[in-house]
Amino acid sequence: MLTAFTHARLLDPAKERDEIGVLLVEGGKIAAIGPDVAPPDSARIIDCTGLCLAPGLVDMRVAVGEPGEEQRETILSASRAAAAGGITAFAMLPNTSPVLDDIAGLEFIARRAREAKLVKIFAYGAVTKGAAGRDLAEMGLLAEAGAVGFTDGVHAIGDALTMRRALSYAKGFGKVLVQHPEEASLAAGGQMNEGEIATRLGLAGIPRAAEIIMLERDLRLVALTGGRYHAAHLSTAEGVELIRVAKSEGLRVTCDVAPPYFALTEVDVGDYRTFAKLSPPLRTDDDRRAIIAGLADFTIDAIASDHAPQDQDAKRVPFAAAAPGVVGLETLLPIALELYHKGEIGLLDLLARMTVIPAGILGLPMGRLKIGAAADLMVFDLNRPWVIDSGAFCSKSKNSPFDKRPVLGKVLMTMVDGRIVYQSEETLHAGAY
Amino acid sequence: MSDIVWPHRHLLGIEGLSAAEITAVLDLSETYVEQNRRADKRSRELAGRTIMNLFFEDSTRTRTSFELAGKRLGGDVLNMSVSSSSVKKGETLLDTAMTLNAMNPDFLIVRHSLSGAPKLLADKVNCAVINAGDGTHEHPTQALLDALSIRRRKGRLAGLSVAICGDILHSRVARSNIHLLVTMGAHVRVVGPPTLIPTAIDRMGVDVFHDMDAGLRDADIVMMLRLQSERMSGRFVPSSREYFHFHGLTFDRLKAAKPDALIMHPGPMNRGVEIDSEVADDIGRSLILDQVEFGVAVRMACLRLLASTRANA
Repeated sequence: MLTAFTHARLLDPAKERDEIGVLLVEGGKIAAIGPDVAPPDSARIIDCTGLCLAPGLVDMRVAVGEPGEEQRETILSASRAAAAGGITAFAMLPNTSPVLDDIAGLEFIARRAREAKLVKIFAYGAVTKGAAGRDLAEMGLLAEAGAVGFTDGVHAIGDALTMRRALSYAKGFGKVLVQHPEEASLAAGGQMNEGEIATRLGLAGIPRAAEIIMLERDLRLVALTGGRYHAAHLSTAEGVELIRVAKSEGLRVTCDVAPPYFALTEVDVGDYRTFAKLSPPLRTDDDRRAIIAGLADFTIDAIASDHAPQDQDAKRVPFAAAAPGVVGLETLLPIALELYHKGEIGLLDLLARMTVIPAGILGLPMGRLKIGAAADLMVFDLNRPWVIDSGAFCSKSKNSPFDKRPVLGKVLMTMVDGRIVYQSEETLHAGAY
Repeated sequence: MSDIVWPHRHLLGIEGLSAAEITAVLDLSETYVEQNRRADKRSRELAGRTIMNLFFEDSTRTRTSFELAGKRLGGDVLNMSVSSSSVKKGETLLDTAMTLNAMNPDFLIVRHSLSGAPKLLADKVNCAVINAGDGTHEHPTQALLDALSIRRRKGRLAGLSVAICGDILHSRVARSNIHLLVTMGAHVRVVGPPTLIPTAIDRMGVDVFHDMDAGLRDADIVMMLRLQSERMSGRFVPSSREYFHFHGLTFDRLKAAKPDALIMHPGPMNRGVEIDSEVADDIGRSLILDQVEFGVAVRMACLRLLASTRANA
């Protein structure tokens, strides 16, 4: 079976390719690519005139409710949501019930992903048993079983000695250690960013220092151990600056950010809007701008959805009782593209943060348009206007602060290993590159 | 009273009310102060209306005050005490509210331990919601009754220096009073140890003092707040003894304020912790019983005004 995407704007951030041409898929792999490739007569032609063809997105931070909280999200529903968002591979956090801290858990995820057979699902192993922050999980065995990295997910590794040993130990297996950088004692009981708005709303604040202090400590431990460290979902300007300096000093440090942190601020909490309750909390506009600057100068390596499905019971409650998090799989691309449309960051540079760079951090050979590589692709219309409708999400949970937001750029088709796993009801034609 | 048209469907907070609206509430309250002092205290302005007191947090004086207010206007008042486990609070809130809403009440008076709970309810029900205190957010009728108490003694609010003292961080009374007094042109200071002053409170238009003597200097009104005992065991301040030493209101300390300064407290008082008993009981200086009396009148005014709103009519 041969498939030819023709007249497509081929976008490959890894090769800085941005040209109109043809991409040929054969046997689930990319067989040919370029402006001069002629599609054979036998090929199924997918005319991409006016549309972009890029590597499928690689999302390095996704929470799924399975096992344990399937009412929030199952592996199947997350797979569908990912496919609809142009995401062909994601790494899920170990904060399931039970926690993914042993081989059996990873094998379960792998089996469920095979059964769903939509997108490629990888899992982090927990750093500590039960993600409880005390005793190290079997990191070596987890790595052998396919863990793409280690993290306690939504929990920070608070104990300095545990963090030191985890960084040292993970080094032996060549895996990254992902931290939720937040000093728990400063964040305890906090509901939103500390400041005037929290004071007015009568909500306990989480100071920016909670993130800054944890990053500063961790960076010292990275210097001490030589470990590979990744800071997840930065929220503060100082946090971005700390990573910038650490990189200039040669530390093996990477970081990511999620769309809410460059698209929203604490103001969006408004009148107790629980869909704007995140961990870490949305910060100020100065922080938002610093994060965009950090993306522009490559201090911030990756953009991850930080998909955190929460059902109605967890969000239709008073703000302080609401669970943090937003769904993000189906809004990752259009919200990220706002940065391109506003001229903050180039298209290839933007796509790199969601494809080849996160793949590289996780040691996954994907996220590029390369002959012989798996045909994990997405077709999108860069300029198509549409309005986000959380009611239409494939995700089981609808907790999106972006509902009703007008955006530009829509995923029209997603392909994994040559199989079409998502196709928009809208026509492929009508794009304008 | 038929010419009154109040523009707000709910009373969720003082923030957002204009000076003219606050004045309208206070003016109307004056007439109810008179009504409440008559032998026949009942009018029929809310005859046929159903008022439900929905208290998710224990309260005696606020609930009783609302109950009296509703009854004196001729309304039917029901008291629902909702026992709340800390974990399930959220679910029971909406479920209970929707159940009650189906019985077609005209007013829900809501108190809840979490900030924003009345707002959440107001978005779901189709009757007027009055916030009777939500978490550390607002307690609008308390601020209105405080304002009425001050205005009746001092004749005005604008230009007065008001010192709000104590646990500002956890106080919904403080927030509502700050909004109201700043809107009405009073000079507001908050006074307390740094651990009990919320971040960026100065952005609400107040001056911050940590020294009680400096904070009380030339004040017209000294408004004391309750400090809950669990906050004095080392988590926010080291002990009640140390707190009283630096922040308790005594006659000696009161000398810094104006000679005719008045003392207020939203109650219930911790005598010997934030306020000396002698001070609290000084009829000439203390507005504490005025506050309780005028609370009923202010709540009558709020009910009456909300009943005039087009959406609630």
